[in-house]
Amino acid sequence: MNNAIEVSQLRKEFKSYSSRTGLKGAFRDLLTRNYKIVPAVNDINFTVKQGEMVAYIGENGAGKSTTIKMLTGILEPTSGKLRVNGMNPHREREKFTRTIGVVFGQRSQLWWDIAVQESFRLLKKVYKVSDEQYNEHMGHVIKTLDIGPLLDKPVRKLSLGQRMRCELAAALIHNPPLLFLDEPTIGLDVLVKLKIREFLKEINEKYNTTILLTTHDLGDIEALCNRVVMLDEGKIVYDGELDALKNNWAEEKEIHFQFMNHVNLSELNSLPLQFSTDWEYDEKNQTYIANIKGEDENISQLISAVVSHFKIKDVKIHETSIEEIVRNIYEKGMN
Amino acid sequence: MEKYLEMIRMRFLMMLAYRTDYYTGILIYSINIGAYYFLWNAIYGEKSSIEGLTSIQMTTYVAIAWMARAFYFNNIDREIALEIKEGKVAIELIRPYNYLGMKTMQGLGEGIFRFFFFSVPGMILVALIFPIQVPHHPASWGLFGLSLLLSFIINTQINLLTGITAFFFYNNAGLIRAKRVIIDLFSGLILPISFYPFWAQDIMKYLPFQGISYIPSMIFTNGFTGGEIVYALLQQSVWVLVLLVPIRLLWTAAKKQLIIQGG
Ligand SMILES: Nc1ncnc2c1ncn2[C@@H]1O[C@H](COP(=O)(O)OP(=O)(O)O)[C@@H](O)[C@H]1O
Ligand SMILES: [Mg+2]
Repeated sequence: MNNAIEVSQLRKEFKSYSSRTGLKGAFRDLLTRNYKIVPAVNDINFTVKQGEMVAYIGENGAGKSTTIKMLTGILEPTSGKLRVNGMNPHREREKFTRTIGVVFGQRSQLWWDIAVQESFRLLKKVYKVSDEQYNEHMGHVIKTLDIGPLLDKPVRKLSLGQRMRCELAAALIHNPPLLFLDEPTIGLDVLVKLKIREFLKEINEKYNTTILLTTHDLGDIEALCNRVVMLDEGKIVYDGELDALKNNWAEEKEIHFQFMNHVNLSELNSLPLQFSTDWEYDEKNQTYIANIKGEDENISQLISAVVSHFKIKDVKIHETSIEEIVRNIYEKGMN
Repeated sequence: MEKYLEMIRMRFLMMLAYRTDYYTGILIYSINIGAYYFLWNAIYGEKSSIEGLTSIQMTTYVAIAWMARAFYFNNIDREIALEIKEGKVAIELIRPYNYLGMKTMQGLGEGIFRFFFFSVPGMILVALIFPIQVPHHPASWGLFGLSLLLSFIINTQINLLTGITAFFFYNNAGLIRAKRVIIDLFSGLILPISFYPFWAQDIMKYLPFQGISYIPSMIFTNGFTGGEIVYALLQQSVWVLVLLVPIRLLWTAAKKQLIIQGG
């Protein structure tokens, strides 16, 4: 089995400038500026096998995008080695770019003022995709992502969800064996997220496409990736299965209740349950929060017990977010 | 090759999407040509010729200089700067093409669009309103065409150079504005080079700018003859080659220096 990505001791440093104070300081800044060298990516190592779907996660500023920019050949590393699709992204740039697809969720690769299909047409020529290949492959992509009716609209008239589906299609025109997705689901509603997840899964099954994606949505990871690489301040703090990560660090679930009538905490604590539940009252939102551990089964038991005793106005199940997991790991240390 | 043609086509579509720019362009160019026509008329007064150009040649010069500008002029320096500032250049760098080459094609697409939908009808209209003299000889048209193409290349090369500086200075808007003033002034668009004092002409001989407007316009107005034309075309071609060097160097340095803004 070939490795799609091999990274060893990869490092990227940025100069971070700081301003001196006062007018005198401003004049001195004109001549020489103070700066610190900050490693955004700090000597990381990992490999991704062909066909794997890996979630690359971490808090904002952890260095995820910087890594992706190095892997795609946009930024040159400060030091370290990387081979992507068996190539050095910088040295064999043109050949290399034909083997990857990239979506930056916060940035469009489509031409803003003209119809989506014109962008597709240009990319088809740029990647030298034959009419047959295009019709077969893209016909399917367009149907699955349900973007047929959007093709003759200018990009600026599309909603975020519509645009993101088109972006994804654009990144796949040349059917690349490796796909980088930097926050592809940011700001999207649930239905679009589901559609995109479905689609990525299908692409991966059909073509054995390797996918590296960054996201803040645990749902994305659960739906797609068995493996998680977690970054914190430029260093990899976890590389392994999602389940292990969640079992260790996200075992507590919060369930938020709002009731029609006034309820006492003691009443809630005395509910007949076979597992221990920790109740809190959030005065500001007038919400009662149950913290429970263990099986997902417990959630339904808890809810049915509560519902049979009290009239409820609202229930929310709060999943631990990636940020909280990272914070947990950070506070309690690894292992 | 096909992708470059496709890029030209894209630019056509974009120009059509921005129709208002097209109409304001027509207005601005008409005002300029009219204003300079009356200005030069006043300057010539009773004189039949100044610095070797007759009053009719001067009118022709003004008309063709502006119509040629519609072809060679483009804003790709500002576009490049914007793409760098907004971080869009990241997308460009993951494409299997040469970014600067693609930008040049976009400039060419814009130029061809304005040439056919602006310069040609404009020139016909101007010829009906003002007393101008177009070349009689088909060869002059050919030489003018060649010179115009070279002028486009030189101007675009200078735009690429100015645009790339955005990799080094986050804000290069001042530089872009300065470049524009310099080109309008030293290219011969506003004042033919032969009207400048001798010492200034001497300096400008060593600069690429007169290849942008002065040379094609002089060929069109029959201001140059035989040997002068050949020399002028040669001068343009040399600049095209010379300018490749700093572009290459600056681009290589820029990619090393590259800082992509935003997520
Ligand atoms: N062009 C840049 N210049 C200076 N610092 C940068 C630049 N790009 C990113 N950084 C810094 O590098 C760190 C990692 O950024 P990034 O890779 O964008 O994080 P993430 O994508 O994980 O949110 C941040 O501290 C950020 O401020
Ligand atoms: Mg990011």
